[in-house]
Amino acid sequence: MNSFLAWIEARIPMMRVANMHAIQYPAPRNMNFWYVFGFLATIVLVNQIITGIWLTMNFVPTAEGAFASVEYIMREIDYGWIIRYMHSTGASAFFIVVYMHMFRGMIYGSYQKPRELLWVFGMFIYLALMAEAFMGYVLPWGQMSYWGAQVIVSLFSAIPVIGPDLVIWLQGDYVISGATLNRFFALHVIALPLVIVILVFLHIIALHEVGSNNPDGVAIKHKKGSLSETEKTPYKIHEYYTDKYDIADDVVPFFPHIVLKDLVAFCIFLLGFCYVMFFAPEMGGKFLEHPNFEIANPLKTPEHIFPVWYFTPFYAILKAVPDKLFGVLAMFGAIAALFAMPWIDRGTVKSWRYRCGLHKVNLLVFAAVFVFLGYLGGTPQEPWKIIASQIATIMYFGFFVALFLYSRNENTKPVPARIPR
Amino acid sequence: MSDVSVDAKTSAPGPNGPKDNTRRRFLTVATSVVGGVGVAGAAIPFIASWNPSAKAKAAGADVEVDISAIEPGQLIRVMWRSKPVWIVRRTEQTLAELGQHEDKLKDPGSEAEQQPAFAQNQYRSLNKEYLILVGICTHLGCSPQYLKNGAFNEIVQGVPNGFFCPCHGSKFDMAGRVFESVPAPLNLVVPPYQFVNDTTVIIGSVAQEA
Repeated sequence: MNSFLAWIEARIPMMRVANMHAIQYPAPRNMNFWYVFGFLATIVLVNQIITGIWLTMNFVPTAEGAFASVEYIMREIDYGWIIRYMHSTGASAFFIVVYMHMFRGMIYGSYQKPRELLWVFGMFIYLALMAEAFMGYVLPWGQMSYWGAQVIVSLFSAIPVIGPDLVIWLQGDYVISGATLNRFFALHVIALPLVIVILVFLHIIALHEVGSNNPDGVAIKHKKGSLSETEKTPYKIHEYYTDKYDIADDVVPFFPHIVLKDLVAFCIFLLGFCYVMFFAPEMGGKFLEHPNFEIANPLKTPEHIFPVWYFTPFYAILKAVPDKLFGVLAMFGAIAALFAMPWIDRGTVKSWRYRCGLHKVNLLVFAAVFVFLGYLGGTPQEPWKIIASQIATIMYFGFFVALFLYSRNENTKPVPARIPR
Repeated sequence: MSDVSVDAKTSAPGPNGPKDNTRRRFLTVATSVVGGVGVAGAAIPFIASWNPSAKAKAAGADVEVDISAIEPGQLIRVMWRSKPVWIVRRTEQTLAELGQHEDKLKDPGSEAEQQPAFAQNQYRSLNKEYLILVGICTHLGCSPQYLKNGAFNEIVQGVPNGFFCPCHGSKFDMAGRVFESVPAPLNLVVPPYQFVNDTTVIIGSVAQEA
């Protein structure tokens, strides 16, 4: 057996990669529950891919057949309902864990130097995920699928000069039609999943190159020769890291310590996931909107139309601006601002634990504003909400402006050289 | 099992290590077993969803056929699971002729399991007047032609009625039994069926033994 494994290892470095990226990867020992969401996102990605493959086995990507084929999956395929609900619940779960993952990065400064590219890759994953989720939502060809697609594709008509022609090109028709459905299907099941998997790979490679951040934002890798033997970790850490740095006694190997912690989180996550999947798969119309149980009708817009919950904050920003082009720009700007986080924040202290009180308030207000925008974008239009969403939009961008200003000369607490015991 | 304490970090003896590894081993095995059960359970929907769907099962359901209007010597075709099923009302003379050419047959006694147990007889049927067969040649799946009133004589000398496959020339008698020296290896398949009454037959299931 051992000689067989050696034979393989001499030809493809399976164990070397496993040791380097999992078994002997140095993880800060103070990682808390905020650090489980990356693992959970990976699990959900796997769930989406497997259930997605199974759904394509019976889905019919045509305007005539799509809606009926989803009903067929729900009613006539053995366990088809569970596979579809795993996929639809997984879509929402994906955004929940990704939003938590992103907020974790924000509060602990995980986007700061040297993790800028890591953050940017993550943002690209987020962007690809939004495209993936949007196109997936079009496929069942219900009323919300159709009119959601109509609204999102129409966003491109705001682009000066080429906008209207671009929309026709995207649709492949003069309206959202079977041609649009078909290309969205191809992108949803092949192109975007490939892009996401490649980006996740890059995200992890970039993470392991710069190392995991932690709630104290304290570096665990130190200059070679700067630590005494007693200060170095007694654990077996892969030479890839120890050759270049002295690794402080602030780490644990990723396996089993972090993996087991993640598995506990996974069990808790599964409880919630299964509860929703079995007892509330529509989540009161938030995960699967009620009008989508009616087949797409190009002649009749549903009474209230909003995107699925994970897009509603940006939808609220779009609605808040009383100008088509600037509304679209504001919406994309809201995402672009997140991309620019590593350069907007001019501070050098990572974790909010050691940053000024204003920073903590700013982060919490930002989170609250984001949730509030989500509420505004996901509920029927009322007069007071216009003003409210305009204020919230200003506060959303205000977060970045304030961060840019106060991070220059911030009153920070001293950061310990080592992770506090 | 050594009782020397082992440091959890270095796997070297030390004061902080577990005193007894059996607890750890038990927990590892228990966790793995529970996880394995979970994975197996999660696999059920994915495996089961490959079974025929409710629609496919409905399409493959039993077929009820009224046979009261079939003339002696006539063949009717019905569809069962998208396959042609023949129902032939054989005359007394045809039944009598079945025993006269058994030396030319590959499997006159229907030894091969090409029929339900009730049809393993010379007539290959429940009620010998009615021959019920899946009309697909056991060679490569063509549907043979019914040659009657002496037309089959040109195919097999002395046998007036039978089935002839136009694709590769396989020949079957009026009980669906295959002749020697043709490509088809086996007798035609008798589907499961049962008589509800004298004029109604259900194709797709056999009567439960009382």
